[in-house]
Amino acid sequence: MVTAALSLIGFFVALYLWLWKLGLMGPLVCTTGGCETVQLSEHSVFFGVPVALWGVLGFTSLFVVSLVGLQQRWMDKRGPTVSLAVLSAIGVGFVGYLTYLEAAVIHAWCQWCIVCAILVTAIFLISLFALRTATS
Amino acid sequence: MAGRVNLKTFYGVLLAIAVVGVAAVWWASQRSRGSTAQILEAPPSRDASAFPGYVMGSESAPVEIVEYADFTCHACANFTILQAPDLKSRLIDQGIVRLRFRGFALGQPSLVPLHAADCAGEQGKFWEMHDHLMYKQRDWLTSDNPIRVFRGYARQAGVDLGSYDECMREGRYTARLIATREEIANSGVHETPTFDIGRLRVRGAIPYDSLKVLVDKARGANN
Repeated sequence: MVTAALSLIGFFVALYLWLWKLGLMGPLVCTTGGCETVQLSEHSVFFGVPVALWGVLGFTSLFVVSLVGLQQRWMDKRGPTVSLAVLSAIGVGFVGYLTYLEAAVIHAWCQWCIVCAILVTAIFLISLFALRTATS
Repeated sequence: MAGRVNLKTFYGVLLAIAVVGVAAVWWASQRSRGSTAQILEAPPSRDASAFPGYVMGSESAPVEIVEYADFTCHACANFTILQAPDLKSRLIDQGIVRLRFRGFALGQPSLVPLHAADCAGEQGKFWEMHDHLMYKQRDWLTSDNPIRVFRGYARQAGVDLGSYDECMREGRYTARLIATREEIANSGVHETPTFDIGRLRVRGAIPYDSLKVLVDKARGANN
């Protein structure tokens, strides 16, 4: 349940960044001062797709898997939890790479990217905890 | 995966998050409508009518291409670097096409380089400044002080820096840029680059060969 809520929040954060990238938003709300630098850097596109769109797709997947796990017939099965752990692990790897780029390459921080990184890490930890609980 | 808790409450929480999320995104999208170029640290000028754009090529060229572009847009820079040289040498210099550049600020930060180009443009150096801004986009986008970088480009372009500085300080073209942005957005352009080739509108950067096909089509329509 918590993972569904967190992934829904992450979805809206990523959606905001993606819409900004498309030019549909006003100036980015940014207290760290580097959001636009990060969003306009060459690293804001991954395999030809804006990183923010990857975020939208990633959080949507996490949200859907979380909801599936809440359905009656899946509630006692490990499949959704394993899927959630795998997906969020990929997400953690991705945001880890992006955070490294912010710190070491771009030299600017985007608060929204950090929020996304925290959310996906939290989802990963919760799914690990759920896996452990289900195993024991 | 989850305990047997009240799903109704849970879905209520999700709904609340969704409502807040949609409202926040909507609010953020509306902020741009009232925004002005405060980033230029100067009041807007009196001239608030839209600008038709900078023209390259012969007035008698049978086809006009209108390019709506933003200096912060990567695809616009890629088009300028990779496709525009062919466009210039094969179509513009041959008198077949006239290119009209219309600056379209996607966001507030985009106003500053467009304004710098306008300040160079009033001294007849728009295209030189345009090329600096497009070719060196990554340099100034990642710079701590892009306004200083623009001034360097203006110097390299042969712009009189005294007039340029005054123009930037006054924010002489701020209102015009905003009026232009509104006019372009009202015409249905929402992304850059967008091209009007004769009566055809093309969204996104396209390779020279495709551009040529559309120019030929526009020429055919004109005949």
